[in-house]
Amino acid sequence: MADSQRSTPLLDELKEGPWPSFVTQIEEMADEGKESCGQLLELLERSYNEKIGHWKHGGIVGVMGYGGGVIGRYSDVQDEYPAIAHFHTIRVNQPQGWFYTSDSLRTICDIWDRHGSGLTNMHGSTGDIILLGTTTDELEPTFAELTQNDFDLGGSGSDMRTPSCCVGPARCEWACYDTLALTQELTMHWQDELHRPAFPYKFKIKNSGCANDCVASIARADLSIIGTWRDQIRIDQDEVRACAENGMNIERDICGNCPTKCIEWDGNEMTIDDSNCVKCMHCINAMPKALRPGTDTGACILLGAKAPIVEGAQLSSVIVPFMKIEEPYDELKDLIERIWDFWGEHGKNRERVGELMQRVGLGNFLEEIEVEPVPQMVAYPRDNPYVFYEEYYEEDDEEDDEE
Amino acid sequence: MAVSVDEVADAMYDLVAEYQGKKKFKASDLTKAMIEKFGGEVDKKFCKLAIRQLMDSGRCVYTYFGGSFIEVPHEEGAAGGS
Ligand code: SF4
Ligand code: SF4
Repeated sequence: MADSQRSTPLLDELKEGPWPSFVTQIEEMADEGKESCGQLLELLERSYNEKIGHWKHGGIVGVMGYGGGVIGRYSDVQDEYPAIAHFHTIRVNQPQGWFYTSDSLRTICDIWDRHGSGLTNMHGSTGDIILLGTTTDELEPTFAELTQNDFDLGGSGSDMRTPSCCVGPARCEWACYDTLALTQELTMHWQDELHRPAFPYKFKIKNSGCANDCVASIARADLSIIGTWRDQIRIDQDEVRACAENGMNIERDICGNCPTKCIEWDGNEMTIDDSNCVKCMHCINAMPKALRPGTDTGACILLGAKAPIVEGAQLSSVIVPFMKIEEPYDELKDLIERIWDFWGEHGKNRERVGELMQRVGLGNFLEEIEVEPVPQMVAYPRDNPYVFYEEYYEEDDEEDDEE
Repeated sequence: MAVSVDEVADAMYDLVAEYQGKKKFKASDLTKAMIEKFGGEVDKKFCKLAIRQLMDSGRCVYTYFGGSFIEVPHEEGAAGGS
């Protein structure tokens, strides 16, 4: 349908701000002859008017052998909008760190122009390339062309979602481990878990190279692997003095904003009490030439974040304060498999691992996954009563009995 | 192991087909049922191979209804509209 025949006054308002508008993009595709995009706009306008969504989610859609990577969307007003009776989403596993050649982007877009609406979303919250809108008949041909060009589908449903990571050592000097290599390895190692849903619910892994956490793993991943170090922050005293000479108020802006107040500056030399540093990255971010992470690097492993569903938003909790992240990553893989085993055995349908952790109590959970409680797991003083030192209670009880 | 992957995949298929329309099975339900049926002859890893065989053969498909299930292919209700 040509632009002149379409009447979408509510959507038109969304084009008025100074920012790019998704409405403009969909209109462009509609005007290029994609009938599905024109009907998509009309249906959205109708939904805004009626305040009712017209999409049904899920059902049978997928490609042969896979249970993830396609999200079924069916309209409940198919007779009126036949071009979008089906408007399925395809998730494509993104390259680590989202690096593309212009050629590979063109390849994906050409495939999608041939088989779908031509609309994409770079990238979805899981990290995948999102291809928006196609019919059931086009799923297998799209998949065939994607795989011919070395792309594969990502995760969806109750599976391991496509692992994602920050750009890490490819572009960032603060990466405390190789986020790209780890993400590639976990993706390839758990192909079955990625493509064949077998968990109680989704499981997201996100890898950040340092506590700046550019992929927001602490808030958005069931398992957050966040780079850190366990030796000393490297200090270049000449560069520290240069910062002071250039007007930086080190006492106020660096020492004063350190969360554990473990930095001292005497006007000539900076000292850091590394035993009290919580590796928050504040000082390093503020003085990138003068300060750098240590050299004994690895990652902190956290578990259980999720967006608000039943209990509200939840950040992930530390389960291993420091782990070396080196090939073949066996320690990490073993830990993840122990978590999956316990969750698979005891998790209810649609229960995220963080919710299971809350339900059984972190103490019991740690025992089941064979992780020792340590002080770094305590998020707030006197607020985490999950560390239960049974052996001490037993000794006390025996003493009581003797008395 | 005396029992083969194909036999376990067949047993999984029979179970899914028998309850089609009455009960939906998750991969973990099928695994538990097979461990119960075949005893010590199968474990979780073995069942994973059987599920892969079952899905790759096209005899079963994955469906999503608030969680992922394994079913015999059938006409999708939602595909037909309202
Ligand atoms: S998370 Fe850290 S290492 Fe990764 S890109 Fe951001 S600042 Fe760099
Ligand atoms: S990294 Fe954070 S906690 Fe450590 S010294 Fe710098 S500001 Fe303080």
